[in-house]
Amino acid sequence: MKNPLEPTPQVCKRYRTEKAFKRLGLSAIVMSLCFVFFLFYTIIADGYSAFTQTYIQIEVSFDETFFRGANISNANFPALVKRSMGKIFPGVTGRKDTKMLSSIVSPAAAYTLQNLVETNPKLIGTTKFIWVLADDDVDMFFKGKTVTNVAESNRRLKDKQLTWLDQLVSEGKLERRFNKTFFTSGDSREPELAGILGAATGSLLTLFITLSLSFPIGVATAVYLEEFAPANHWTDIIEVNINNLAAVPSIIFGLLGLAIFINFWGLPRSTPIVGGLVLTLMTLPTIIIASRASLKSVPPSIREAALGIGASKLQTITHHVLPLALPGMLTGTIIGMAQALGETAPLLMIGMVAFIADVPGTFTDPSAVLPVQIYLWADSPERAFSEKTSAAIMILLAFLIAMNSIAVFLRKRFETKW
Amino acid sequence: MQRTVEHASSAFPTLLDSDAVATQSGSSKIATIRETVGTPFVDNPRMTCRGVEVYYGEKRAINNLSIDIANNEVLAMIGPSGCGKSTFLRCLNRMNDTIASCTVKGNIQLDGTDIYHPSVDVVPLRAKVGMVFQKPNPFPKSIYDNVAYGPKIHGLTSTKIELDEIIETSLMKAGLWDEVKDRLQDPGTGLSGGQQQRLCIARAIAVSPEVILMDEPCSALDPIATAKIEELIAELRTQFSIVIVTHAMQQAARVSQRTAYFHLGDLIEVGATEKVFTNPLHQLTEDYITGRFG
Repeated sequence: MKNPLEPTPQVCKRYRTEKAFKRLGLSAIVMSLCFVFFLFYTIIADGYSAFTQTYIQIEVSFDETFFRGANISNANFPALVKRSMGKIFPGVTGRKDTKMLSSIVSPAAAYTLQNLVETNPKLIGTTKFIWVLADDDVDMFFKGKTVTNVAESNRRLKDKQLTWLDQLVSEGKLERRFNKTFFTSGDSREPELAGILGAATGSLLTLFITLSLSFPIGVATAVYLEEFAPANHWTDIIEVNINNLAAVPSIIFGLLGLAIFINFWGLPRSTPIVGGLVLTLMTLPTIIIASRASLKSVPPSIREAALGIGASKLQTITHHVLPLALPGMLTGTIIGMAQALGETAPLLMIGMVAFIADVPGTFTDPSAVLPVQIYLWADSPERAFSEKTSAAIMILLAFLIAMNSIAVFLRKRFETKW
Repeated sequence: MQRTVEHASSAFPTLLDSDAVATQSGSSKIATIRETVGTPFVDNPRMTCRGVEVYYGEKRAINNLSIDIANNEVLAMIGPSGCGKSTFLRCLNRMNDTIASCTVKGNIQLDGTDIYHPSVDVVPLRAKVGMVFQKPNPFPKSIYDNVAYGPKIHGLTSTKIELDEIIETSLMKAGLWDEVKDRLQDPGTGLSGGQQQRLCIARAIAVSPEVILMDEPCSALDPIATAKIEELIAELRTQFSIVIVTHAMQQAARVSQRTAYFHLGDLIEVGATEKVFTNPLHQLTEDYITGRFG
């Protein structure tokens, strides 16, 4: 006899569809994870080497004859470097060869020496072993990022330089060390001197402006529209416009910023203050929409309870509704901030795409931001900027991950169960 | 005030004085008139409502309603869904103000003051006329803070000791003290449904109101929790006037002294509870309480 509880063909078909649907979803997740891993792999594989840098040890004798002038900074430090290199390779003569020899250390070596002497004038008259930065071509060669199997004329490093480098390695005078410069300096035309601090500071200053303007304005707007605004034509128009603004291409906000903040208000170009204002405009709709949604999701029974016991409208909102809506508002804000952190297009319009070597100190100093820095480095012809680009992307991602973790933490912290 | 309520006794609580109606209509019930029969008015009322009409936009939800709420009584309001009981209840502490399309006409007085007068503020009004809702809605805060909220915002206490005292007496009056005295800092939302509702009652009485409005306070509770709330209502009557909307007719019969029957926006009949349930004056009331509709 047939089991009456046996699944019928219809039921079996239903289960099959369910399974297929589950598989589809799972494969979508696996695929997106693969893409994410691929992205991370390429960036990290390319960029991790930027955190180390090749250094060369030179023996410098700070002769008094070099510092005869009253001003230390007037001394010919490049010549000092040149002489020190010549000391390691006494056999190298001739204008062309000595030039090739001194080009395996970075032009920054002269600044390193100058700094040393300026901070410690007692060095004059002594001889010291000093590690100085190697040139970016040397660095790339030791990181295996240059092609060596082509004709000498097509190479950045010539055969002679390669033999000198071999000698340096065998004498232990060439080392790869942690690249502190990358984290402590601004942009530079020399890849070995270029750092992320300028752009990171610029991003922080810009985001500070954005956050401190868009969060209060956005939340206040959301609270007004959700709790106080009369339901009329004007409210509808405002609502439609806010939703439209969320979909406006970000470069339009840049144009607006250029027209109003720079041309009309006369604020300085390429500065965090203008960048922050532009990004505020851009993130406001996101924050308003997210905040309104989270205000809407507060159960009406809580409002009734508060009103019923005699709380005023404002007390109801500040004591009960806002605390419950805060986690959602924070999530929306962090999403908006993350968007602002990664935004490039509107900043191009307000001149934040300029080459700026200094680390900005105030809101009105010219500065770059992380995504623009990535764009600038990706555009540079030097081979060594490629790894810097990837490293800058890693820093940007680290910023994003940190921000999202803060968002998760804050949400957990403020979340109330009912 | 053209009302056919001249039969109404003026002496509450001796309400069974509707012989006039009974002799007039004999054994047959009043079936045609849609104006209030019975005893809507009492001597020395706590609240008086005269000619109250409520509109949602163009739609009229309550027609020309007049009723008194006495001191220390439980007034039950029964009637089929959508008949305006809750709407009327919410007029009594102006909770309807939050609904933009809702307009209230007529005169509602608390202790002789028109509560819809422009000079009246809803904040002190709602401190005097408290409300307990259908679904238990404690704040997502501790038990202590739930009860303390009302006294705090109304500035009833200046010291922590006074506040602690108010909280203890309120919880005691609500019959919850013994169950929660050791965990006042636990979240109010962690209590069971019946306890949450009693917490809401404690919250309402913490500001010492004169009238407590209850909008189907037991509809989300199990029979045991319901029984506890009903006992509590009986005790609270000694200090407050209570107006309770309920769908359970047994509950109305158990807890109330007077019962009002609403039908499609009309207040059909008001009378002493046992009279309304045993010998209603109006045909519609009889139909409802015998279960012919509702």
